Amino acid sequence: MRRQIPLALVFIFGVFMIFQYFVPHESSEWIYEFLLDWIYIIGIFALALGIWSLIRVSVAKIKARKANWGYPIITIAGLFLMILFGFTGYRDGSLGFHFMTAEGLSNPMFRNFFDYILIPIQSTMFALLAFFIASAAYRAFRARNVLASLLLVAALVVMLRFNPYMGPIGPYVADAASWLLNVPNLAAKRAIIIGIGLGMVATALKIILGIERGYMGKG
Amino acid sequence: MDFGTFLWTTFGAFLTLATFSFLYKDNPFYKIAEHLVVGVSAGYFVIILWHNALVPLLFQRLSDGDWYFLWLNSSKPWYWIPAILGAMMWTRFSRNYAWISRWPIALYIGIAAGLAVPLEMANRVNKQLYASMAGVINWGNFWGQDFLDVTSGYSQVIIFAGAIAGLFYFFFSKAHTGAFGGVAKFGIWILMIGFGASFGYTVMGRISLFINRIQGLGFWGEAAFDASNPNHSGWFLAVFWLMIMGIAAYVAVELVRFARQKA
Amino acid sequence: MNIFDRMMSLDRRWVFLFLAAVCVITYIIDFQIPIRVENEVKTIHEFIDTLKPDEIVFIAIDYDPNALAELHPMCYAVMEHCFRKNLKVIITALSQNGPGMAEQAIFDIADSVKMDREYNGVHYKGREIRNGIDYAFLGYKPYFQLVILGMGQNFRLPFPTDYYGTPLDSLPMMQGVQNYDQVSGVIAIEAGNIADAWIAYGQGRFYFPLALGLTGVMGADYYPFLNSRQIFGLMAGLYGAAQYEELADNPGLAKDGMRIQVYAHLVIILFILMGNVGYFMSRSEKKRQGR
Repeated sequence: MRRQIPLALVFIFGVFMIFQYFVPHESSEWIYEFLLDWIYIIGIFALALGIWSLIRVSVAKIKARKANWGYPIITIAGLFLMILFGFTGYRDGSLGFHFMTAEGLSNPMFRNFFDYILIPIQSTMFALLAFFIASAAYRAFRARNVLASLLLVAALVVMLRFNPYMGPIGPYVADAASWLLNVPNLAAKRAIIIGIGLGMVATALKIILGIERGYMGKG
Repeated sequence: MDFGTFLWTTFGAFLTLATFSFLYKDNPFYKIAEHLVVGVSAGYFVIILWHNALVPLLFQRLSDGDWYFLWLNSSKPWYWIPAILGAMMWTRFSRNYAWISRWPIALYIGIAAGLAVPLEMANRVNKQLYASMAGVINWGNFWGQDFLDVTSGYSQVIIFAGAIAGLFYFFFSKAHTGAFGGVAKFGIWILMIGFGASFGYTVMGRISLFINRIQGLGFWGEAAFDASNPNHSGWFLAVFWLMIMGIAAYVAVELVRFARQKA
Repeated sequence: MNIFDRMMSLDRRWVFLFLAAVCVITYIIDFQIPIRVENEVKTIHEFIDTLKPDEIVFIAIDYDPNALAELHPMCYAVMEHCFRKNLKVIITALSQNGPGMAEQAIFDIADSVKMDREYNGVHYKGREIRNGIDYAFLGYKPYFQLVILGMGQNFRLPFPTDYYGTPLDSLPMMQGVQNYDQVSGVIAIEAGNIADAWIAYGQGRFYFPLALGLTGVMGADYYPFLNSRQIFGLMAGLYGAAQYEELADNPGLAKDGMRIQVYAHLVIILFILMGNVGYFMSRSEKKRQGR
């Protein structure tokens, strides 16, 4: 029963969702909207699992006094400060805790933490990739064979297409890049998209029919 | 820009440089920034989830009920059911009761899988196949246009043949021998051109991220010296030079350490 | 060790330093580069330019700070264009940190639109843009596929209130606005697989005009959807943003960034060539020595 009921639920709701796509009747639409309305709420609780996981792991590291145990304190402090600011705000000129109304979203400290802590660090972490791609291009990008050379030439054409210092060949490089993106690149990506689409449909059908059961976990 | 905003901008610049210091080597400044962003990001998400999702979708719908009846006397008490189903997800962490979490997961997976089948089939497969064929069977495309024109019939033939050949290469499971192998070879050539185009775009994408950080640091530097700012004072410059001296001191310490290692 | 072996064993931090130095020097020197506009960006600009005042445009700001560099300039250019044309804008943010990005964009554009400006020879008088009247910021909800589907039935299904907790029915601009049928088009500015959801679950089901603004990493992958007319326009990466700024005559961070981009690309190409020269020379040296 611990596995049969979930499998039955997946089958019933999966088949219904496929069915309702083709049936624009009022009853079908009503059930569809009802299910969507419920799924939004169920999904919120699922996402909270990740936050609880983060707190659990950080507290465990602090308690165990593992190497660099001071850093999880910063994580927990950042988390709780953000939550504190998000629930405090001004209403009618006085500062207070507001859980059911959204004054916290306009709290200047909440916004400042986002604008001056989250944005700089997150965007800089991804900016590091610029250097890694330069290093990878230097160390690993080799024209070892015809296929690698083809990849290299295509990459060079796309990278040079907006370069204004190409002289008289500039417009030809730009046109070649445009043709490359809209013809062979399009063909390659279309093949990948069709392959992914067929794979997704196959996986979804396997899940609905109970062949694929990985989402249920062990037991 | 007032002095308070400039202090925050300076803190943002410090965190930017702390994160960049990872390129030299892993260090405490980078670790502080890394752990701080994880906590702040998680806290931000909790608040957004609460105010944007939980309150309007659940609490406000039950708000016309009374807490001592557990809001069951509200006009929409059935919203308790998805809330209970959602809470059942939390049993995932328990060894004995983890099976309870399968019910809400099954509900979500079933709905998502059912939605995916017709929509992905229509949009990723059918419309793409149709677009491949439509350009080729329109004979008007073959006349009066340059061979290399993107809309010309010849380009459409390359797109059609290339897409099919790409699928021959990686999707169909027949061995790449004979005529099939020849088509698959053409397919991998087309795929390599596609990956090259993606690499070119990826380089642009990654470099843009660094360029934006330079622009951000440049904006901080300009704000420190912006005499046209009515709130500008000597304190702006003091904070700016304090930060520069701090960076210079760290670089000097590292250079001395590097020189000692070499010696 | 000959020079080619030395080249191959160069510490990567020298590569980092060289790239950083080139980018910083290019930033400091003031110069402009011409931006060539491509058709896929032009169609988006023309679409917004030909809309009548009070028509509604839906802008989906679905990216986090890690994609800010390429997508924020795009978002700013498109949003300012919409407000200058007196269009109404509905904004959602379906990514985790998207609401913060959207709010920052709204506040900055609101300040910019207050000023009198001239774009493409047309003078635009400054005005105040008001929440609920000129724009509605709906905020975030989890599970973007289901949210996009839900908005096709009724915006109030996933969004009973806006980001600030105001019921949608009490916002003047949302009166009579049920779903995508009342919206002229959707401009989805994306950094991840939410773009796929807009195509399959949004445009594929409800057939509204859809244009995408994407990061450079994703740019090359969406040309098939442009060809199949599932999207009518595509802005990819910083170059796409710079093209829109060029068309709108509203230079911003994208056009400024492209001049640095040109030199950074030349550095990357130099590294690729150096790496290949070193590799082939090392290889032929080893062959010559019989290794």
